[in-house]
Amino acid sequence: MSNESTTLLHTPLHAAHEKLKARLVDFAGWSMPVQYASILAEHRATREHVGLFDVSHMGRFQIRGRDAGRLLEGILTRRVDDLPAGRIRYSLVTQDDGGVLDDVLAYRHSAPDDGYLLIVNASNRARILAWIDEHRPAGCEAVCTDTTCDTAMIAVQGPHAMQLASRVLDTDGLASDPRKLRYYAHATVRWRATNVLVSRTGYTGEDGVEVILPSEFAAEFWDLLTVTEIQGQTATPAGLGARDTLRLEAAMPLYGHELETWCDPWQAGLAFAVDLDGRHFPGSDALTRNRSMPPTRQRVGLLLSGRRAARLHCPILAGGEPVGEITSGTYSPTLEQPIAMGYVPPDWAALDTELEIDVRGSIIPARVVRLPFYRRKK
Amino acid sequence: MDPQQLKFSPTHEWVHLSDVGGQRIATVGISAFAIALLTDLVHMELPAVGRAARPGESLGEIESVKAVSDVYSPVEGEVVEVNSGLVGNLEAMGDDPYGKSWIVKIRTTSDAGLDQLMDYATYQAQCATEG
Repeated sequence: MSNESTTLLHTPLHAAHEKLKARLVDFAGWSMPVQYASILAEHRATREHVGLFDVSHMGRFQIRGRDAGRLLEGILTRRVDDLPAGRIRYSLVTQDDGGVLDDVLAYRHSAPDDGYLLIVNASNRARILAWIDEHRPAGCEAVCTDTTCDTAMIAVQGPHAMQLASRVLDTDGLASDPRKLRYYAHATVRWRATNVLVSRTGYTGEDGVEVILPSEFAAEFWDLLTVTEIQGQTATPAGLGARDTLRLEAAMPLYGHELETWCDPWQAGLAFAVDLDGRHFPGSDALTRNRSMPPTRQRVGLLLSGRRAARLHCPILAGGEPVGEITSGTYSPTLEQPIAMGYVPPDWAALDTELEIDVRGSIIPARVVRLPFYRRKK
Repeated sequence: MDPQQLKFSPTHEWVHLSDVGGQRIATVGISAFAIALLTDLVHMELPAVGRAARPGESLGEIESVKAVSDVYSPVEGEVVEVNSGLVGNLEAMGDDPYGKSWIVKIRTTSDAGLDQLMDYATYQAQCATEG
């Protein structure tokens, strides 16, 4: 069912989605494809071949100027001033009490004075833009420009994604070949009459790239991705439904689910994304304090018995008593059984702990398992 | 079964009424439109035989990768049979939505709920506004 209203934002690929008869839904104010034909088929195509995702709704801020690094240092949980040109770092934005405001990617542009690209969640775009402005140090010479609506972003993900990206970008043999990109690195590639930013990143647990290009080139690029055969097969357009089942199997947190202002990075299991030494940012004092105290809750992975999936807010029970809540759950197409993530106190977070989940009144046995649920073969 | 011969609820269940040995039996399933909308079905929770059914009350759940939906009883009565063969074969549910993919049979005990049901043309018109 389409929830479209006239106020929803359209990505540069909106017409392409309509042509493919995608089911479009309101996602963070954008009209986005949740699926084209089948979430299961789109999921499997991404695990076995290549899935194509329109992720143009993700917020894209260019931060330029002499103090671009200083501006970001003042709000990110992780250092970015030492980030080499062409590299990317995952970080968090926290509020004063250490609660998570967003999870982001910071790209260091190649020329040192060219600054950074910051990718934020669609649902947090306005909030983070305002947050950056509010936390601008006095005399800071940096400009933050929201380029989300001027560009498109396409994720090409799957075991043959690098081959497809190289073919479509026509970079076979060139130094800018995406296959030569390291994980969490980016490069600018000339394509047609424009520059395309290619990064070896993704949100599916597969290898692949994410490509950012000017809106006016997006449809042509997408069309070329959809018709180019790799291993005798074309790539499969995939919607937000498959993106969610893929990222959940890979145990990647989703803002609004595993990440929220009510949890801090320690509870979320994201200590790697926090660098406190000699740094000061909103939340750094609280995070220093919280680090030395036992956490009140922890993110866990759960494998459920039977076929029914737990969903957001389902109570997690231990001995019949509620001890936590599910943040995401689905039927895993790869494992062919229901999987979920949620938060429980540390006493219940050990591997193999037997818990129960209240799924709409039915009590379903579940077991704490190691994350991620799925790891690709390298 | 020809959908033209069936009645439909606003919540996408279909009903076929028949007389079996003096008892009125309602066979209930969900429409082709609903099956197409759900897609990627992975599980169905069926009611117990003998359970009471009331119009608008949930009889069971149908779960897709994306979400879970209730199957509502369109009539009042008692569940006398469930199609347990469906559960392991949900991907084929759309092949014969008005025949092999029936979900429950209910022995009706009143006319409650029947006035809420639509003919196929009216139901199709409703679907057109939801599509």
